[in-house]
Amino acid sequence: MAATPKPRVKVPKSAKAGEVIVLKTLISHDMESGQRKDKEGKPIPRKIINKFACEFNGQPVFSCDLDPAISANPYFEFSAKVPESGTFKFTWVDDDGSIYTDEQKIEVN
Amino acid sequence: MTLTRRRALALFAGAAAFPALQLVPRPAFAAAEDTTKLIADFAGGKEPQAGKIKLTAPDIAENGNTVPIAISVESAMTDGDMVASVMILADGNPRPEVATFHFTALSGTAAATTRMRLAKTQNVIALAKMADGSVYMDKKEVKVTIGGCGG
Repeated sequence: MAATPKPRVKVPKSAKAGEVIVLKTLISHDMESGQRKDKEGKPIPRKIINKFACEFNGQPVFSCDLDPAISANPYFEFSAKVPESGTFKFTWVDDDGSIYTDEQKIEVN
Repeated sequence: MTLTRRRALALFAGAAAFPALQLVPRPAFAAAEDTTKLIADFAGGKEPQAGKIKLTAPDIAENGNTVPIAISVESAMTDGDMVASVMILADGNPRPEVATFHFTALSGTAAATTRMRLAKTQNVIALAKMADGSVYMDKKEVKVTIGGCGG
């Protein structure tokens, strides 16, 4: 992996209480599957993001276990029901133990 | 050497045969039994039923490296009617597991979209497990023009 994975998240700025909104997330990552071989024919070790989770004010919203069959730069689109104003927290866990996070606030009126 | 018609045809045939040869030294692809076992483990002894879950995937994927797929499950997502998790499998990949989504009451709807790799033309299978333990399944064949597992 050349650069540090950069998360990008799209959350609406505001919503009505109880509204179901759509969240989109993307993180730059090679998602090396462990199936490929380098020029000398040696297998390239697996290095993927194996877990993604989204929380709202500390409550779990959506999570996903990833396997090597997920494409590079893993993209997720999912929904969330927002009862009140608060913060969405997004977490990606790498095979090497690194954790990448992002946070987005939403106003509920 | 001049390029006669006979020689041109021979070259063409050789080129056409080459991609097929390249496939041979690849690791063994997931056996159907692996997929069957994963389905059985996920279902926890229940027989997956048709309906409720819908898997959306293209009929033909030009690039197997990034195939958009979407799942949605009919559910009110309240205490009585809740989707616990959804597992995606691809029965022709070196490893059939693709991803497992976990939903909660805050999800609002049980729907998600992502992008996956497909090594070759194969079936993509989506399984939904409801909170009451019942399991639903949907399946779609995706034709792949260029496989997505590198080599």
